[in-house]
Amino acid sequence: MSLELAVAAALFVGVIAYAVLGGADFGSGFFDLTAGSSRRGAELRTLVDHSIGPVWEANHVWLIYVLVIWWTGFPESFAAAMSTLVLPLLLALLGIVLRGASFAFRKYAATLAQARLFGVVFATSSIITPFFLGTVAGGIASGRVPIDGTGDRWSSWLNPTSLFGGVIAVGTCAFLAGVFLVADARRSGQERLAEELRVRALAVGAATGVLVFAALVPIDHDAPTLAAGLEGRAAPLVVLAGLAGLATMVLLWRRRYAVARITAVLAVAAVVSGWGVGQYPWLLVDEVTIADAAGATATLQGLLVAVGLAVVVVVPPLAYLFRLTQSEAWSRSDH
Amino acid sequence: MLTADVVTALTRLATEAEPAGLLPAREQMALSLGWHIVLACFGVAFPAMIFVMHLRGIRRDDPVALGLAKRWAKVSAVLFAIGAVSGTVLSFEMGLLWPGLMGTYGDVLGLPFAFEGLAFFLEAIFLGIYLYGWGRMPPKRHVLMVLPMAITGIVGAYCVLAVNAWMNVPTGFRVVDGEVTDVQPWAVLFNQHAFLQFAHMWVGAYMLVGFSIAGVYAVGMLRGRRDAHHRLGFMVPFVFASVAAVTQPFVGHVLGLGLDERQPAKLAAFELAETTESPSPLRLGGVLVDGEVRWSIDIPRLGSLIAMNSPDRPVPGLDTIPEEDHPPVNLTHLAFQTMVGIGTLLAAAVVLFWYQRRRGRDLLDRRWFLRFAAAAGPLAVIALEAGWVATEVGRQPWIVYDVMRTTDAVGDYTASLWWLLGISTVVYTAMTVGAVVVLRSMARRWRAGDADLPSPYAPEVHAPEASS
Repeated sequence: MSLELAVAAALFVGVIAYAVLGGADFGSGFFDLTAGSSRRGAELRTLVDHSIGPVWEANHVWLIYVLVIWWTGFPESFAAAMSTLVLPLLLALLGIVLRGASFAFRKYAATLAQARLFGVVFATSSIITPFFLGTVAGGIASGRVPIDGTGDRWSSWLNPTSLFGGVIAVGTCAFLAGVFLVADARRSGQERLAEELRVRALAVGAATGVLVFAALVPIDHDAPTLAAGLEGRAAPLVVLAGLAGLATMVLLWRRRYAVARITAVLAVAAVVSGWGVGQYPWLLVDEVTIADAAGATATLQGLLVAVGLAVVVVVPPLAYLFRLTQSEAWSRSDH
Repeated sequence: MLTADVVTALTRLATEAEPAGLLPAREQMALSLGWHIVLACFGVAFPAMIFVMHLRGIRRDDPVALGLAKRWAKVSAVLFAIGAVSGTVLSFEMGLLWPGLMGTYGDVLGLPFAFEGLAFFLEAIFLGIYLYGWGRMPPKRHVLMVLPMAITGIVGAYCVLAVNAWMNVPTGFRVVDGEVTDVQPWAVLFNQHAFLQFAHMWVGAYMLVGFSIAGVYAVGMLRGRRDAHHRLGFMVPFVFASVAAVTQPFVGHVLGLGLDERQPAKLAAFELAETTESPSPLRLGGVLVDGEVRWSIDIPRLGSLIAMNSPDRPVPGLDTIPEEDHPPVNLTHLAFQTMVGIGTLLAAAVVLFWYQRRRGRDLLDRRWFLRFAAAAGPLAVIALEAGWVATEVGRQPWIVYDVMRTTDAVGDYTASLWWLLGISTVVYTAMTVGAVVVLRSMARRWRAGDADLPSPYAPEVHAPEASS
């Protein structure tokens, strides 16, 4: 593997991790928003808080990881994407800021009215953020970001591929969150809540699945390079995504929630990887390849050192955190 | 005086045809960085204080200390959350506002950010473990979970400061025929200026956080709450702040040495040296109007002594520097003097406090001292912000000193950036209000005796948190 490709792969691992881990956090906002009145939704909202409270900040760092590797490893393409896609990026950023702040504020809010206000901001921004990040992915994947950064500020993200990308991002986030929340509810012994969430997760899963595969039609016209990749090199991943998604639905149906988490993660990771493999070897589709976009060699080597160090020092505590939060001991709903 | 600078900036805008997006991009960066930097300080310095408090609680079986550590952890959860998001804003803005810088030098300056990201990752992970570990982990293991946060805060700060030091003293690359080549990212990470700049910022962070937290308890004591809780809550951060405050003048002085060679224009602006005088006076206050220094109090020789470490070596004046390379002089000078002035005042105050304590007098019994202690936090914030204004504005018109002008780094969004600035101002104001409201209501409930805050998601029906 060439040096550039190794760095690009490390970058993309970050994209997948953010889509899966950050995605599950964002999706929780969808369930939070649709939980109903304060009285009716209290149980679910407490579950959401309990479920993502300890992990959301760590999951959020994947985004920073992606940005940093991108601007360090492939500086020109980063500047180009930022210039062209400035509007959806700013809107996503607004969502990120409002979501993080209001989630923290809600937990310590003084009154129900305050908590409700912060809650609505948290939940709404949890939906708009993945949408706009999805449109960014669509803009890049459909070849609308020229390397000089002069792409159209509107049509670069208001196009069929981007809009489908946005809706798919929202859907996959909600799907993941649904599966994880069902498992959390079961683990903390809230059977009634688990039943309620199960039905909604199944509905979200079905809708998202249909959406992902329906998107292939407009992408075929709108983003031919990506479409060719999806039908060619990335085809196994597309199939895998379908199978894993289907398996998740079956497992949810049969109330096998613990296993369903694995297939759900697999399905979403496969969808995202499908995009990456589908557009390979382009970094900005039809504009610049990974090899051509790469920065200085010494820097790429340094980045790989940083990534290697991350594997050694970040992954073990991260695994410890996840193990704690997904274990019985931390599932007591007294917190 | 500030107006004078804005006017200069505007006239320059007209005469030199600066990109229309430059001014709003600068203001945007100043707003988001200036806001974030305060929270970043809490990320750097607060964990160490929580650690000391928590450790004391466990070691001495002290419920007061343990209670304080628990509350501080909750406060740090709120501050860390908004610090994380405002930090994310900055990483977007690097590309959105300064595509010229990131496109050209992204691979030169990027590596320190990669390590900073790593450190931040660890900090976020251990924060999650620590916050939710109360009552769920053996106490001895639990308290150790703060330590990685204290360490990664320091590492992260170093990395960011390494980039800023590089912008002031660029190294680790060559420009050949307009192309950046021979990139040595490790030289950037370990550039020789980074350590001193980091030290200055690190100590400043302890001052800011130490005085701010201590000030909260000083206010409590002023209102007559003179229990062990308030005394301890005051003392631990105040000790940190005291050590930092007396160290800072030395660090700052060492950092400043050699500035005449590194960035003579910045030094001239700091010292308000219009012309080269031998020996140079120390100018207190004053502004530059039409090329003349007005309303300053000059102390002979002291300028040479402080800035040049010599009785008579002159501070090189602005007259030795081409007009187009001058930074906004008045803003730089006044910001620098604000920093130094407040720093000196705070250092003197802590020396007085500890001296009196040795002599058996407790200034905590004096209302005037408590009032001062309450003001020390905001003063430290102002000093830190002023320090940043001094070093950043003093670097202008360069974004990378002597290599790239800020005008060449900015994007071509023109006037639409004003909209962004307007929206950002609203969002940051809302976030500030939200944080203040939430932190105050936490404090109010704690005072009312609620050790554990109730889960706020429903009217009374839902069971309150029991063990948090």
